[in-house]
Amino acid sequence: MKTLSSFRKEILWAVIVLAVLLAIPMVTPSRLAMDFIIRLAAFGIFATSLNILVGYGGMVSFGHAMFFGGGAYAFGLLMQKAGTSVPLGLLGAIVFCALLGLAVGAICVRLREIYFSFLTLAFQMLLHSVILSWVSLTGGDQGLMGGIPRPPFLGLDLSQPTTLYGFACALAVICLLLIRLLLQSPFGYTLRMVRDNAERARYLGIDVWRIKLYAFVIASAFAGVGGAVMALFVSGAYPEFSYWTMSGEAIFMIMMGGLHVFIGPVVGAALLMMFNDIVTRVTELHGLAMGVIVLLFALGFKRGVTDFALQLWRLLKNKRVST
Amino acid sequence: MNPNELYDCVTSLSCIVTQTSTGLIIGALLFLVAAGLTLIFGVLGVINFAHGSLYMLGAYVAFSAYQATGNFLAAILCAGTAVGLFALVFERYFMRRVYNADVLMQLLVCYAFILILDDVVKLIWGPEFQSMGMPESFQAPPFFIAGGIVPVFYLVLIAAAAGIAIVLWYVLSRTQVGKRVRAAAHNPTMTSVLGLNTSLIYCGVFAMGGILAGTAGALAAPVRSMSPGMGFSILIESFIVTVIGGMGSVGGALVGALLIGLVRSFGSIGFPDFVEGTMFLAMVLILILKPSGLLGRERRA
Repeated sequence: MKTLSSFRKEILWAVIVLAVLLAIPMVTPSRLAMDFIIRLAAFGIFATSLNILVGYGGMVSFGHAMFFGGGAYAFGLLMQKAGTSVPLGLLGAIVFCALLGLAVGAICVRLREIYFSFLTLAFQMLLHSVILSWVSLTGGDQGLMGGIPRPPFLGLDLSQPTTLYGFACALAVICLLLIRLLLQSPFGYTLRMVRDNAERARYLGIDVWRIKLYAFVIASAFAGVGGAVMALFVSGAYPEFSYWTMSGEAIFMIMMGGLHVFIGPVVGAALLMMFNDIVTRVTELHGLAMGVIVLLFALGFKRGVTDFALQLWRLLKNKRVST
Repeated sequence: MNPNELYDCVTSLSCIVTQTSTGLIIGALLFLVAAGLTLIFGVLGVINFAHGSLYMLGAYVAFSAYQATGNFLAAILCAGTAVGLFALVFERYFMRRVYNADVLMQLLVCYAFILILDDVVKLIWGPEFQSMGMPESFQAPPFFIAGGIVPVFYLVLIAAAAGIAIVLWYVLSRTQVGKRVRAAAHNPTMTSVLGLNTSLIYCGVFAMGGILAGTAGALAAPVRSMSPGMGFSILIESFIVTVIGGMGSVGGALVGALLIGLVRSFGSIGFPDFVEGTMFLAMVLILILKPSGLLGRERRA
């Protein structure tokens, strides 16, 4: 069993990254950069949680936005209707998404690959239509209107933009650290084994179904945190959060960033957000432009950006060794 | 929830006739789309996530062709051919490259095509809802069967779908071509060893799926309104149909489609808020009790 001290490197990294992120508002007061990083925090958690399934579990979920939207709505409703504090609302969103993940996962994870993708997609569309039709609770296609209150807690006033920024960054770094620790733990390696050779894992006495289900529930819960951060930022929740295009974007984020590097999905999320911002500024035909970019990556490069970076780094290292 | 109205309906013959005819046309359209989806899965082992977009394309092509020629039959043929050709190109130059890649890549290619096709439709036909209107030749007064109203076009649609189903069944189970397709589905390596061109078969099956989806779109054009993105809801529904009927089984798609069609039309009276939930519940029950579907064969792992 690994102890916390053997994760010293990861924890050190997390502290450094968080310190740099928190220093940014002191260097540049630009709201634009801060808003970008808050959104990146939300999407980064979301994409990395999906990568637990896709990259490490070999389960290509096409319905992961179900938990992003679910988390956003659960958090928003708890804050709005029940008037809970932010940490309690966050906890509620996590519990809601974990339970939803348990129900959906129990049905889906034992299925074959392509079936699994489609079924998760189908369940996501069910949640989407529930959100659209349950107007009295969710506001239907208008989304959760009226703003989400941000009551101060523990001396943190989230209505201050800098505090909100710091809170989102801290949450993102903590979530990514937890996911990293999880993936480096025996559980993470078991998950990789199940991905590579489920048969062999079964012979070694591993309950494959249970491992996959755990991974699914954990990924759902983290996606819920991502959704809650997004809801906190936009002060609302919209049905688009749980629409299939959001799942598609998340899949593309991890593919574009790279599946095999832990930080890849975050890089992909940042790239996709930049693409999105540029494309919407230049043209109305957002889908057309996005589609072409996706095709370019899927059929042309066949690899993510961090995979290329890793390759380059290894190449340079080898050269240095040989000279 | 109003079970009383549902009870009133199932006890009055006129309501049964009306709702059954509505259910049958929903089922007929679903069958055409789902048959292509299930055929492609059965033979190629991939799920064409962009299948709903082919249906959308069919509807829009039929819309334009009908406006140009004024002949609905020509519109249907046009839509079937155009979408079939499109599917051919899609298979040949895009999907074929990712058959052996993992599901992630197949998913992304389809995702890209859904986005692109939605925008192309928006570009050519505009983002607003379009309606083709009922072709003049079918604007006859509806039939009254036992007091229930059945529009003429409904009968045409059901007959067309039934005709296509019979042709499909005949080709797949009684002809040389069908035998080859089934062989390729069963064991592609052995089939190609025996000198059959499997990549041609794959191409043909994909084009066939496209023709079916395009025809379904064309047939739906007079009774449904069109908008970019209309393909996605029918994609989910036809997936539910194929899961219920059994992935890879065309007969199963027929049974599933009719089942879902009737549930939808009667459900809209008895439990309108719960129709979608019922469809999903049926799917989940099938997945738990008989994962291979009602008519699906048990696949070897």
